[in-house]
Amino acid sequence: HLFIHSISIFQAVLIILHLSPFGSLLFSPFSSHLSSSSPIPHRERESFDSESLLSPFPQISSSGGISAMDRSPKRRSISPDDATRFPDEVLERVLALLDSPKDRSAVSLVCRDWYSAESWSRRHVFIGNCYSVSPEIVARRFPRIRSVTLKGKPRFSDFNLVPDNWGADVHSWLLVFASEYPFLEELRLKRMRVTDESLEFLALNFPNFRALSLLSCDGFSTGGLASVATHCKNLTELDIQENGIDDFGGEWLSCFPDNFNTLEVLNFSHLNTDVNPDVLERLVSRCRSLKVLKVNRSISLDCLQRLLVSAPQLTELGAGSFSQELTPRQHADLEHAFGLCKNLSVLTGLWEATAMNLSAVYPACSRLSFLNLSYTALQSQELASLLPHCPCLRRLWVLDSVGDKGLEAVGANCPSLEEIRVFPADPFDEDMINAVTESGIVAVSQGCPKLHYILYFCRQMTNAAVATVVRNCPDFTHFRLCIMNPGQPDHTTNQPMDEAFGSVVKTCKKLQRLSVSGLLTDLTFKYIGKYAKNMETLSVAFAGSSDLGMQYVMEGCSKLRKLEIRDCPFGNAALLSGLEKYESMRSLWMSACNVTMNGCRVLAREMPRLNVEVMKEEGSDDCKADKVYVYRTVAGPRRDAPPSVLTVSSL
Amino acid sequence: MEGGVAYEQGLNLKATELTLGLPGTGETEGQGGVRNNNKRPMPTSETNEEESQALKAADRGSRAQIVGWPPIRSYRKNSLQEKKDSEGEASGMYVKVSMDGAPYLRKIDLKVYRGYPELLKALEAMFKFAAGVYSEREGYKGSEYVPTYEDKDGDWMLVGDVPWDMFMSSCKRLRIMKGSEARGLGCGV
Repeated sequence: HLFIHSISIFQAVLIILHLSPFGSLLFSPFSSHLSSSSPIPHRERESFDSESLLSPFPQISSSGGISAMDRSPKRRSISPDDATRFPDEVLERVLALLDSPKDRSAVSLVCRDWYSAESWSRRHVFIGNCYSVSPEIVARRFPRIRSVTLKGKPRFSDFNLVPDNWGADVHSWLLVFASEYPFLEELRLKRMRVTDESLEFLALNFPNFRALSLLSCDGFSTGGLASVATHCKNLTELDIQENGIDDFGGEWLSCFPDNFNTLEVLNFSHLNTDVNPDVLERLVSRCRSLKVLKVNRSISLDCLQRLLVSAPQLTELGAGSFSQELTPRQHADLEHAFGLCKNLSVLTGLWEATAMNLSAVYPACSRLSFLNLSYTALQSQELASLLPHCPCLRRLWVLDSVGDKGLEAVGANCPSLEEIRVFPADPFDEDMINAVTESGIVAVSQGCPKLHYILYFCRQMTNAAVATVVRNCPDFTHFRLCIMNPGQPDHTTNQPMDEAFGSVVKTCKKLQRLSVSGLLTDLTFKYIGKYAKNMETLSVAFAGSSDLGMQYVMEGCSKLRKLEIRDCPFGNAALLSGLEKYESMRSLWMSACNVTMNGCRVLAREMPRLNVEVMKEEGSDDCKADKVYVYRTVAGPRRDAPPSVLTVSSL
Repeated sequence: MEGGVAYEQGLNLKATELTLGLPGTGETEGQGGVRNNNKRPMPTSETNEEESQALKAADRGSRAQIVGWPPIRSYRKNSLQEKKDSEGEASGMYVKVSMDGAPYLRKIDLKVYRGYPELLKALEAMFKFAAGVYSEREGYKGSEYVPTYEDKDGDWMLVGDVPWDMFMSSCKRLRIMKGSEARGLGCGV
């Protein structure tokens, strides 16, 4: 028995070589790659596995090595003639310890035995685009999955750019899973359509089901939650976040049976209707393993206080609206309750927290690593009073109501800060006083050298400020800047913001994700193409001067996986400049650009393994391709597309 | 069409378009803008600073017309909106504004303005008049028109006499009075 939890691919290889008396036989022509722990480069893969030469489609590493090679892996037992063979069971045992999807992809390419052993030992599959593969193919490829993560709609659906009935319905997946993965334990969905019928089906057909997480999904109601609560006897996780849910009331919470006590994660913070506080309190006191509790606005501070007393072991807390008028006695009790929570690392919620009430959380803040105040309209002084109590803070989300002064307090009090997100309290208010400016972001960068993730909504910015920020913090992996007025230049020089993003890509070698905004010419994209060699995700809006802009990116950004563009002057030449690239990407989104149906047809003709989908706006020109969504797939064209989504063929 | 502003050709929506000016005063400043191209027109420096202040306030709604911008998830947008709604009993404090000689009335949202100077500039831009300089002793000096308001008691008062907050809570409607009529209110014409 190996008591190691998980190992690296390098360790896996060492163990196998050590255990095998015929280790030398493993030093086949492929041996030079066995010793490296990095994924095998594309060209070399093809020479490995002769079967992959026959299959037209290269490996997709992000979804864990799914290939068109879908012959069922056979299990072989050891026979005396097999003396030179390495026992499958041992190989599987070792490979089962590998966690990272990239490592698993690499392992599956070594040889047939390893391919087979890896696929039998895989328990979790991540599918970044539900239309890139079919559930049948997944089930054939990985017979023993227990945990699935599935993402559906393009990200711009979060901003109402995708029609409601677009698709990404989970039901067809559940039907296949019910027969192929009856022992499924975990399902995590993002931007999928989920109906109450599906939730009931899930609750009734998977006896071992334990963990359900729904993020940005739509199509279900609290009735579906009731089915899950009623029938999932072993539920450990129920995480319902930011969904388009029909909230018919809080009775679903009462559907957990009286003897049910296995819950470890409960997040219903974004449901609006009242739940019964007594029911919640009894549930929390029964579930001794509860670690994450995020309640909704209906929970009063009195109730919260009792919950904390009953569950001081919590590591993550969503504290509800936090808006009662507290007597000094109540305040003291609440403070005491927070003091009992010695393990709190995440605090969120706090929709209507006042400065007065907020001080009750101070005793629990000493180990806080993530503080989400992005629903609380705090002023700068209130934030400045709170932060000194949180010395270990690594992630902070706030509203821009804290102003530059609030961000100065961040810079002064949070030396370990790695991530900051500043959301707009009033996105459509152009005259907002005390909103954040370029000074705020500079102040944070000065005090927080470890900063590597920023999301910043602002109304003005300068090239110089951005250059200063990346000079102070060269390790950015995620740089998302949103200057809210589209096409706005540097407000001191009136120049485009090209140099700002130029400095970001030149300085931040580890940059993985970039969102640009402001007045931008093709020069920004020239910089991006030239320097952003590790960038995987790029979001562009209202930017660029010509097709060249997008061409620079398609030609230069070798690691690009997701590209989303809206309202830019990029046309067919730009679209087609990425011809060679789209099969190595998850997807491309282009809306309100200058792409035409003809351009899409050319793309579809040249690249038959891509789905090229067009959504047309009402009343637009016949030849305009208003919204284009391009993605690689082994499942062929969609069969469930609504009338508003056209799959473009080369005809 | 991206942008959502319906200035399509052939529908002649211009005829029924609400503009910041009396009918017949011609093309208005196109800040609210024809949005046939993909990019939003940038604020130009030629625009009169005072006018643009007032226009910005009225233009506030138009940024909301770009679909999906700024890129904030619906959940977050809705929860911010709920917050705003619950903060004021009504979102907006609309009062009628009449001007002597004008064929129809206008309505403005008092909550949008931070004080008298902003309000007056907005009224001046809306009705194309100049209010003159306010002084406590002489009212609005050097002007043909005078801004007045009806308060809770039904009396017609001169705009600017009481503190802004008191004005906000007591103002029921506004009237831009012609100078000749307003002489009784201490207007030094």
